[in-house]
Amino acid sequence: MRYAYYPGCSLMESAREFDVTTRAVMERLGCELIEIPDWTCCGASAAEPVSRLMNYALPARNLAIVEQEMEGLDVLAPCSACYLNLLKVNREVVGDRHLHGQVNEVLAASGLHYRGDVTVRHLLDVLKTDVGAKIAEQKVTDGLKGMKIAPYYGCQILRPYPVFDEPGNPTSMEPFIRAMGGEVFEWRMGNRCCGASLMMGHPEVAIESVAAILADAEGADAIATVCPLCQMNLEAYQARAVKEGGKPVPVLYLTQLMGLALGLDRETVQLEKNLTMTAKVREDMATRAWAMPEPETGTGAAGVTDQPQEKGASHV
Amino acid sequence: MSGAVRETWSPVSDEYRSVLKGLQETVGACMQCGTCTASCPNGHAMDVTPRAMWRMIQFGMLDRILESRTFWMCSSCYMCTLRCPRGLKLTSAMAALKRLARLDGNRAARRNGAFYEAFMEDVETHGRVQETSMMQRYFLKRKDPALPFTFLPLGVKMLCKGKVHLPSSVHNGVLEPLFAKAREMEGMS
Repeated sequence: MRYAYYPGCSLMESAREFDVTTRAVMERLGCELIEIPDWTCCGASAAEPVSRLMNYALPARNLAIVEQEMEGLDVLAPCSACYLNLLKVNREVVGDRHLHGQVNEVLAASGLHYRGDVTVRHLLDVLKTDVGAKIAEQKVTDGLKGMKIAPYYGCQILRPYPVFDEPGNPTSMEPFIRAMGGEVFEWRMGNRCCGASLMMGHPEVAIESVAAILADAEGADAIATVCPLCQMNLEAYQARAVKEGGKPVPVLYLTQLMGLALGLDRETVQLEKNLTMTAKVREDMATRAWAMPEPETGTGAAGVTDQPQEKGASHV
Repeated sequence: MSGAVRETWSPVSDEYRSVLKGLQETVGACMQCGTCTASCPNGHAMDVTPRAMWRMIQFGMLDRILESRTFWMCSSCYMCTLRCPRGLKLTSAMAALKRLARLDGNRAARRNGAFYEAFMEDVETHGRVQETSMMQRYFLKRKDPALPFTFLPLGVKMLCKGKVHLPSSVHNGVLEPLFAKAREMEGMS
């Protein structure tokens, strides 16, 4: 399975651990990612408030390059905003003769043209549809036994175009969490907005959303995300969100957790890059503090979070 | 009410007319059910509910629309668009309102639009967003000397984690022809 890989800007900057783990995990699962040559920004959610045309032309430029130079490959985007912007071109531009003409007129300024033949996929879509949890499970070397993971999907991955999952009640991460030996933490905030770029201009508004999400995650050992902005908002503002009623929870990329389970080395998984990776969390991860001892061999009904765990009592 | 009767059907300049016309087409079929308002995670911070905003657009109440902070509170989560029983592109309408307010260019619009502008300028210059230079642009645009300090603790944390990078110039200028062409076509060159 080969894909035209569109990392997006964040994955080259503050979310490098997402890029590194996505590449490594996909390779381990038998997928070849070929980076789109000379790819540029998709415009995120900032293009549309500034220019209607650029909102479509920026992602279309990248699709035009794939169409021209990587014929037949699906585009794989790990970032939800990149994915939606690229998908939007196929959904809103292709088929609208007037708009399609305008977008191609803009692209022509760089000698490009987009017919509309490239399929756009999110990382999670590829994992669910092309790879499958069974294959992932077969490769698990070092499970996350007992770790309670809250799957966080965010907004733009399934809205407004629910391509590969149910936007009201998304479940596509769950088979992967189980395949890694983890437990799916049941919560209601998996598709709630994190506030996105409101965190810049109106943090007081965005913090309310972050606090509500973090409060609902109480009891989870980690939140798993597939979006660099969700990850940043949930992680970087935890101290403030806790004052508003949130609970501190480590926020990791799904690919980091999968990397751990697939036995990738520590340099690749890059847990130390996460801002919520405190000494306590790191120790919990190293000692598998979340793993409940087996009832017949255990030393008692130790709770996952409220009782001290014996180091080494729960090898996986 | 004091003074003159509030003007609701505002005179619309040519510049605004095309954006407003597009907006009226987008929300023309709104039946005022209020599902959008009920679905909005940021509704608590809005002064006009999304439902009422669509009505004001249908009526062309431009001055009231531009006074509102509602559309700046939209975080593009698409919940309203997903749930709209009429299938209207409401999140796109919120973005169009942001563009309309930029044309108006009042102080609130300059402040609220600063992040989007800084982001797009950085994309135009570098081809890809360079987080450090984008944040510098944002701070300059906000003209609030205290603002950088509110981000300082986070900046230091990110620096310690190796998450701050010097801007790369590899893709500088790649997108300039596209931006120039789009500006020309959108009548802003």
